[in-house]
Amino acid sequence: MAQIFHRSTNVISKVSILFLLVSVAGGVALIMAWERSPYATNEGVVYEQPVPFSHDHHTAALGIDCRYCHTTVETSAFAGIPPTETCMTCHKEIWADSPMLEPVRASFRDEVPLRWNRVHDLPDFAYFNHSIHVAKGVGCNTCHGPVNKMPLLYRGASLQMRWCLDCHRHPEKYVRPPEEVFNMDYQPPAGDPQLGERLVAEAGIEGPQRLTSCSTCHR
Amino acid sequence: MAAPDVSSAAGAVDLDRSVIAPGHSSESMTAKISSVVFGKTPPWMYLVFAVSFSLVMVMNLAIARLLFVGTGIWGLNVPVAWGFAIINLVWWIGIGHAGTLISAILLLLNQRWRTSINRFAEAMTLFAVACAVMFPLLHTGRPWLAAYWLLPYPNTMGIWPNFRSPLIWDVFAISTYGTVSLLFWFTGLVPDLATLRDRTRNPLLKIIFGVLSMGWRGSARHWHNYESAYLLLAGLSTPLVVSVHSVISFDFSVSQLPGGHATIFPPYFVAGAVFAGFAMVMLVAIPVRKAFGLEDFITSRHLQNMAKLTLVTGMIVVYGYAMEFFFAWYSGNPYEIFAIIENRPAGNYALAWWSLIFCNFLAIQPLWFKKVRQTPWMLWIISLIVSVGMWLERFVIVVISLSRDFLPSSWDMYRGTVWDWALYLGTIGFFFSLMFLFVRFVPMIAMFEMRHLLPEGEVAHEES
Repeated sequence: MAQIFHRSTNVISKVSILFLLVSVAGGVALIMAWERSPYATNEGVVYEQPVPFSHDHHTAALGIDCRYCHTTVETSAFAGIPPTETCMTCHKEIWADSPMLEPVRASFRDEVPLRWNRVHDLPDFAYFNHSIHVAKGVGCNTCHGPVNKMPLLYRGASLQMRWCLDCHRHPEKYVRPPEEVFNMDYQPPAGDPQLGERLVAEAGIEGPQRLTSCSTCHR
Repeated sequence: MAAPDVSSAAGAVDLDRSVIAPGHSSESMTAKISSVVFGKTPPWMYLVFAVSFSLVMVMNLAIARLLFVGTGIWGLNVPVAWGFAIINLVWWIGIGHAGTLISAILLLLNQRWRTSINRFAEAMTLFAVACAVMFPLLHTGRPWLAAYWLLPYPNTMGIWPNFRSPLIWDVFAISTYGTVSLLFWFTGLVPDLATLRDRTRNPLLKIIFGVLSMGWRGSARHWHNYESAYLLLAGLSTPLVVSVHSVISFDFSVSQLPGGHATIFPPYFVAGAVFAGFAMVMLVAIPVRKAFGLEDFITSRHLQNMAKLTLVTGMIVVYGYAMEFFFAWYSGNPYEIFAIIENRPAGNYALAWWSLIFCNFLAIQPLWFKKVRQTPWMLWIISLIVSVGMWLERFVIVVISLSRDFLPSSWDMYRGTVWDWALYLGTIGFFFSLMFLFVRFVPMIAMFEMRHLLPEGEVAHEES
C-alpha cells in the first residue's frame, strides 16, 4: 500500500502542535498585556481641551494652590471644575488680549461654560469621594500624577480596579500627613519606616476588611 | 491475517462468548462495525436526524433570543432565582457519568463486557458535557465574558474568584471532566481510526482518518504506549466519576436552604448520575443496535448488566430520598421538617414530587425480573421514564426548596417559559444530532478491543 503522507509530515505535525500551543499562550499573553497598556487604560494620554491650559505653569511657576480652582475637593465627592469667572479673576488683567484665551473670554461674555474634557473619569458603577481621601491624607499627586509638571494634563494612572485596591489594601504605603496633601513635591521623610502605619492609625483609616469590601466602592 | 477456525477455539472462552455472538472472526466483526461508517446513510437516519437537527435550530433560536433580549425571557425571578439552567446542567452532567464509569471503573475492574458499549457511552459523556456547560454559560447572559468571570487569572481588577464558593469548584470540576473525557475518548479511538484509514478506498477519507489516527501503525511500541496512556487516563477518570457530581451536589448542600443542605447529597448525587447515565446509554443503545444490526456485539448480556446497574443505583437514589426525610425529622428543625416532610409530598409542587417517586422508584421495580431485563423494549421504556424522573429530581430539589423559603411573604411559584423549554429541548436535539453524527462517522464500537474478546483474539491481537 502506498504511503498516504510524505515523510516530512512527521515534522510538520509536530511543529504545528507546537505552533498551536505557542499561539494560544501568546494570544492570551497579548490580550493581558494589551489591557494593561495605555491603549486600553489611557494612562499618560493627553486629552485635547478647548484651551491648552497648563497646570505646570499655573501651579509650579505661579504657585497657585490646587484649591483655588478645585474648591470643593475637601468637602464633596467632586473636586470641582472652576467656573469661567475664576479664570477671569486674573485674565481680565493678564494676557487679556491673548488670542489663545479667546474661548475663555467668549465663555465669560456669552455666559456659556467652557466644556473641558474630563481626564480622570471613573465608571459610574464605582463610587468615589474626594473629600474622604483628602481628609485621610491621600495627596493629589498620589492619584493624579505630577500635575505640577504637566504642561498639558494627562491621565496620571490606569484607574483600573487593581490600582484602587493597591492603596485600599496597603494604605500605609501611600498616605501622608494631612497638611502635606496639597504639596505636590512631598517626599516621605527618610528613616521613618513606621510613619505610614502611624498615619493610618492617626487618621483612623479602617483595615482592608472595610476598605476592600465590595460595597465600599460599588454601592 | 488468516482467520482461525472459530469453532475449535470456542470452548476455551465460554465467558466472553456471551458478550459477542458466536461465529465472528476478526474480519467479520471489523467489517460489520466499519460498514456503518463506510456504508450508505440509511434512509431512516435522514428522518431522525432531521428531527433532532430541527431541535438544534430551536436551540439556536432560544440562544439568539436570550443574547438579544437577556435572561428576562426565562422564568427566573426571586425567590426562584435558579431554575431550568441549573436543573438542566445537573441533569446533563449526570447523564455523562455512565460513560466515565464504564470506561474507567469497569476497565480497571476488568469487566470485559464493557468493551462494546464504552466507545459510545464515552461519546455520550462528551456530548452531555457539551450540553451541560451551555446552561451556566448562557445563564450569565453574556457568555463571551464568562472566562473573565469564572477563571482565576491575574486580571486588572486585582481580585480572584471566590474560592470558597461551590460555583467556582464547578468550573474546575466540569472543565477537568470535559478535558479528561475528551482525551480518553480520543485516545481510545486512535487504533480504530487507523483501521478505518486502512480500509477506506476514498482518498479524501484516507487523509482525514490518516491525520486523526496520528501515524498509528500498530507496532509493538505503539501498543505499549497506547496501553500505558489508556490505563493512566482510566486512573485519572476514576476519581472523576465520584468527584464531579459530588462537587455539583455542593451547589446545594453547601447552601443554607432547607431541602438542599443534607450531608447525604454527594453520594446520592453520584448514584443518581450513574443511574441517569445508564438509562441514557440504554435509551440510545437499544434503538441503535437494532437499526444497525449490532445485536451480535451489544448482546442481551450487556442490556441485562446495564439494567442491573440501573436498578442498584436507582435503589441507592431511593435510599437518598428516604434519608432526606429522615434527616429532616431527626434534625427537629421546623424549616427542614416543613420543606421536606410537609411541603414535598403535599405542597405547591406535590405533583412533581409524586411523579418523581413514580419515575425513579416504582417504574424501576420491574427490573427485579429477569424477563423484563431480557426484553429490550421494556428496558427502553423504563429508561425513558428514569430520564424524566432524574430531571424531576433536580426540579424538586431546586424549585420546591426555593419557592418556599424561610419567609412566607416571598413565596412564589415558578414555571419555565417557552424559552426555557425551547433551550432545554434544543439541547436534547443537539445531543442526539451529535450522537447520530458520531454513530455515522466514527466506529461506535471499539473494534480493536472487540478483537480481544474473540476466541482468536487470545493469540492474534493484530490485524491490519
